[in-house]
Amino acid sequence: MSDDAPREETHKDPEAPDDGGAEAPDDAVAAELVARFDGAVFVRSHGQPVVYADRSTWHDVAAFLRDDQEFTMCIDVTVVDHLGTPERITVDGVAPERFEVVANYLSHPRNRRIRVIAEVPQSDPEIASVADLYPGANFPEREAYDLFGVTFTGHPDLARILMPDEWVGHPLRKDDAPARVPVTFKGNRS
Amino acid sequence: MSLEETRLERQTDEGAQELRPSELVLTGGQWPDGERDGDTMIINMGPQHPSTHGVLRIMMELDSETVVRAKPVIGYLHTGMEKTGEELSYVQGCTNVTRMDYASPLSNELVYATAVEQLLDLDVPERAQWIRMLLCELNRMSSHLLFQATNGMDLGAVSMMIYGWRDREETLRVLEKITGLRMNHNFIRVGGVAADLPDGWREDLLELCELVERGVQDYETLLSSNPIWLERTVGVGHITTEECLAQSITGPILRSTGFPWDLRKAQPYLAYDQVDFDVIYTENGDVFDRYRIRLYEILESIRIVRQCVEKMPGGDYRVQDLKVTPPPRARIDESMEALIHHFKLFTEGFRVPAGETYAAVESPRGEIGCYMVSNGTAKPARMHIRGPSFYNLQAMGPMIDGCMVADAVAIVSSIDPIMGEVDR
Repeated sequence: MSDDAPREETHKDPEAPDDGGAEAPDDAVAAELVARFDGAVFVRSHGQPVVYADRSTWHDVAAFLRDDQEFTMCIDVTVVDHLGTPERITVDGVAPERFEVVANYLSHPRNRRIRVIAEVPQSDPEIASVADLYPGANFPEREAYDLFGVTFTGHPDLARILMPDEWVGHPLRKDDAPARVPVTFKGNRS
Repeated sequence: MSLEETRLERQTDEGAQELRPSELVLTGGQWPDGERDGDTMIINMGPQHPSTHGVLRIMMELDSETVVRAKPVIGYLHTGMEKTGEELSYVQGCTNVTRMDYASPLSNELVYATAVEQLLDLDVPERAQWIRMLLCELNRMSSHLLFQATNGMDLGAVSMMIYGWRDREETLRVLEKITGLRMNHNFIRVGGVAADLPDGWREDLLELCELVERGVQDYETLLSSNPIWLERTVGVGHITTEECLAQSITGPILRSTGFPWDLRKAQPYLAYDQVDFDVIYTENGDVFDRYRIRLYEILESIRIVRQCVEKMPGGDYRVQDLKVTPPPRARIDESMEALIHHFKLFTEGFRVPAGETYAAVESPRGEIGCYMVSNGTAKPARMHIRGPSFYNLQAMGPMIDGCMVADAVAIVSSIDPIMGEVDR
């Protein structure tokens, strides 16, 4: 029923203009990140602070958050595949790519969260692992690699975790549709 | 015959005396070959092992009875629920996520519904929030009672298993009366809950609270000072706060290390800031502490349930937004608009503006989160559930290293993983 035709207008985050432009993050941690790292852009998404970081600074951002900003826990690392998305948030200053690697960090002493997103192109799906800083990112990065085929360089044990080791493909990619998995009928030729 | 046997015995006795037993007694120490370093064995516990709570496989490297290393191997229950979530509309999604953590389905539904509501900028009526809170606490009780049962069973306290299942069943009976199903309720929907509370819910809940409270006292008497229980649990599977934070471990395991972190207090959602309860935490970080924390959290949940019974506000149990909430059944017969809304909602679903958000709540196992990306259609572009068990399993390595095989069972049990949520 849903119309799959791409929309004309691109969606803008409705709260971004109210903040008076992206130059003035109203979040202390985000302001530090934007000031310190090239290409970092702050957006407030449904009240939550989000920083779009360049992929090359991914590991440094995590190190900065852990060592200087008291972000004690990496809550989650995951990937989003934007292939064929009819409508997508566009953020000024960020070139959209097919994959987005998303990490949620939580600071217990400061009781705040921040989300860091990096754009990863289809041609070179690779990003630095943060498992050496946050050992808890080990499993989620393996999961992201398994289901999306994004390689995390420097990961201690980047093997498939949910799918069988001999599995071909990465099931959560949009072009890996479940219906395309061939059904084989073994040993029954008649 | 009997004479012969008697003589044989006598001969053996004398022979044994002559053999000077001291020469035969083996004293401790190294085996003669001395190849101790490489002399370890790798065995698999699971995936079909009764104490692994489903299909968890643990590869253990053993040095005789000591576990040198342990590595959890998961994926045996992977059913692609996140992929399924992209195929289902937002209306249907709750049915999918509720099957992830099947011991606390309402937390899953809550976090899913919260994420969609954030994307829609939808405000949920107060009564719906209180009903959600009430159900989540009932669910916490049933989940922790399940833990008490299986934990007792794993450590050989079989009567505890019977008691735990019995009280859990009573809790599920009340949940069934409210939601219509024992498990996988699909009751917390986007915009509120599926139905109002049934008649007589107050009496049922108060009766249940009394029953479970009595039960918890019984378990305390049965286990907490039982020397065999203490022998099996105290000091076993130790973990520190630093290790927990580094490994992204949340929930009772984190609180057992002396770190009182509970999202219900730290980042209150629903109406948790309007009820009075304590965060239970202990200092030792061992199996016994994790057992006790879960035991006392049942009592805290009972406190919250009692306050819900007392303070439950009136009003709507779901938001009166025609795009999100289906019309009442009676309206469909008389109103064309209602029929259209009903039809559109259950064929296409409602559209959610493009955006992305992360919602987190405290499930019985820790922080359960939902990262949701919408693309303007009626189906999510990405629906990722951060299952706490998935992360908590990472604690297994540091906990098991150096302990005995029998303790490994106790440790896995105290992590309380739900494999449906780990593998999704």
